[in-house]
Amino acid sequence: MTIDWNHFTPWSALAGGGLIGISVALLILVNGRVAGITGIIGGLFKPIKSDIAWRIAFTLGLVIAPILWLLLAPLPEITIDAGYKLLIVAGLIVGYGARLGSGCTSGHGVCGISRLSPRSIIATLAFMGTGFLTVFIVRHLLGWL
Amino acid sequence: MKKRLSYIAALLSGLIFGFGLILAGMANPAKVLAFLDITALWDPSLVLVMGGAIAVGFVAFKIAGKRTNSFLDLPMNIPTSRVIDKRLVIGALIFGIGWGLAGICPAPAFVLLGTGSIKGIVFLISMLVGMGILELIESRRK
Repeated sequence: MTIDWNHFTPWSALAGGGLIGISVALLILVNGRVAGITGIIGGLFKPIKSDIAWRIAFTLGLVIAPILWLLLAPLPEITIDAGYKLLIVAGLIVGYGARLGSGCTSGHGVCGISRLSPRSIIATLAFMGTGFLTVFIVRHLLGWL
Repeated sequence: MKKRLSYIAALLSGLIFGFGLILAGMANPAKVLAFLDITALWDPSLVLVMGGAIAVGFVAFKIAGKRTNSFLDLPMNIPTSRVIDKRLVIGALIFGIGWGLAGICPAPAFVLLGTGSIKGIVFLISMLVGMGILELIESRRK
């Protein structure tokens, strides 16, 4: 393991993480809701009338964030190396797995670990593990990307 | 009024979450994959993103845990389950495979939609289909 000092961005990573923490704090303290994207979207599949609008509002916030950002500054580099077929397969797997495991990087990785939830700690270790393994197989054994 | 305020808070929360992802570089799938690629030159930025978020989140949930209602007097919906079952572990293992394939998880998928990235939109749609497939299987079982 060698750290890539040319691409490691500790300050913007910490600051961005802090913002994500503020977002989580706002949603739990003001609305009493956990900022887990999988759960927020999942709740829209079996909609309960009084429980829809806040979910849409939160998701809308995520979508308009880059648009508002663009009004102030150019967006940082965004590179998607995966081709369309791989993106479709990856999307299906992410959606299915995150919903089955009741959470993703936000719900388990950030909110769950913040609560010191044993379920979320196990889930985070599990998806980090297969994430590392998948990238190793795809990049270094198969040489796809 | 209370309802309206809660929607504004949710919108702001989503917006700040999105800004955080963009600032941290986590809306960039290539940077996420550079974190997951531990055997090559490794970019540990994601560790600090999670660390920063958890440091703030930890305090927020400490305060939240002592309250029965939120600041807007809405019920606190904090998960209570402590059961580590097959469903949780298998779901997380599967999710990690997809995350490793594209470097995109659910929140950045929505940010990518806002950037107008066609690849991001393709991923988002198939992610929603994946969630829908699970819902369908679950509802048939009942």
